[in-house]
Amino acid sequence: MTEGILLASSDTVDMIKGLYKYEVFGQEVWITTSHVCILIVWLSLVIFSLIANYKLKHATEVPDTFQSILELIVSLLDGMVEGSMGKHAPVFANWICTIFCFILVSNLSGLVGLRPPTADYGTTLALALITFVCIHVVKIRHQSAKDIWIDKCSPLPPWLPIWMPINVISDIAVPISMSLRLFANVLSGTIIMGLVYGLLGKFALVWPAALHVYFDIFSGAIQTYVFCMLTMTYIAQSYGDS
Amino acid sequence: MNISGTDLIKACSAIGAGLAVIAGIGPGIGQGIAAGHGAAAVGRNPGAQGQIMSTMLLGQAVAETTGLYGLVIALLLLFVQPLVG
Repeated sequence: MTEGILLASSDTVDMIKGLYKYEVFGQEVWITTSHVCILIVWLSLVIFSLIANYKLKHATEVPDTFQSILELIVSLLDGMVEGSMGKHAPVFANWICTIFCFILVSNLSGLVGLRPPTADYGTTLALALITFVCIHVVKIRHQSAKDIWIDKCSPLPPWLPIWMPINVISDIAVPISMSLRLFANVLSGTIIMGLVYGLLGKFALVWPAALHVYFDIFSGAIQTYVFCMLTMTYIAQSYGDS
Repeated sequence: MNISGTDLIKACSAIGAGLAVIAGIGPGIGQGIAAGHGAAAVGRNPGAQGQIMSTMLLGQAVAETTGLYGLVIALLLLFVQPLVG
């Protein structure tokens, strides 16, 4: 129980297991199975990207199957970013498409027997904190200090900042709620699948595939879409009206 | 059979975890309402189905958060057991 949140406390449920321990400034730090799964996801994405890059450098006039799939992926993702960010889309299109691919492949990695890296709070909190930093960098760059102050005191007039603490708390709640949403959705799927396989034993033969379709593919895809949508909405909001 | 203090705390943590996931009632009702209104909107304006769908899913996912907080509390009580000293 002393090894950290949800780390190796049960055999039935697929928990994060520590693989290698080292110390940083007297603090115990673990290399866990999440890191290994992230590495696998990262490697598969990098290999896919290298193949795609090679393929598109030798693109043909009449696209073959693989090239058509690549063009479809890129145009779908670009359309998604364009649809919700409007004229600010080119700045953030690369970043949003990157986290979309990463979260989607992470959620789907439960299908091949990995523990999804997004079922570790560290991963989702890191993603949500990047969104938080983006929101506030955009806000500081594109809005004047006066506008930010008025926005922070918003339901009341700007000379009466007693409502400001509530607004600051709701700003801080953004990364927490985003990361907990993704984490809890993926983790609940992982735990239910672990319970089905662990408790039913050899009765869980073919029919858990239907559960995998729901928990890994449907729920994973929806949560990926929602995470990217919320990131884009918050960033587009922080540009202000100008 | 002797019940030690730790056993009592573990048993109460299990009950607390069960109570915490009752939080799922609220998002269930809320998501149902959102889906119903989404269906009505598609019935009124079938051309805007894509946009209605994405808005509905986004709203449902945000409404789901409170239920997931209950789930996280239940999981913490079951697996991390912060109350067991």
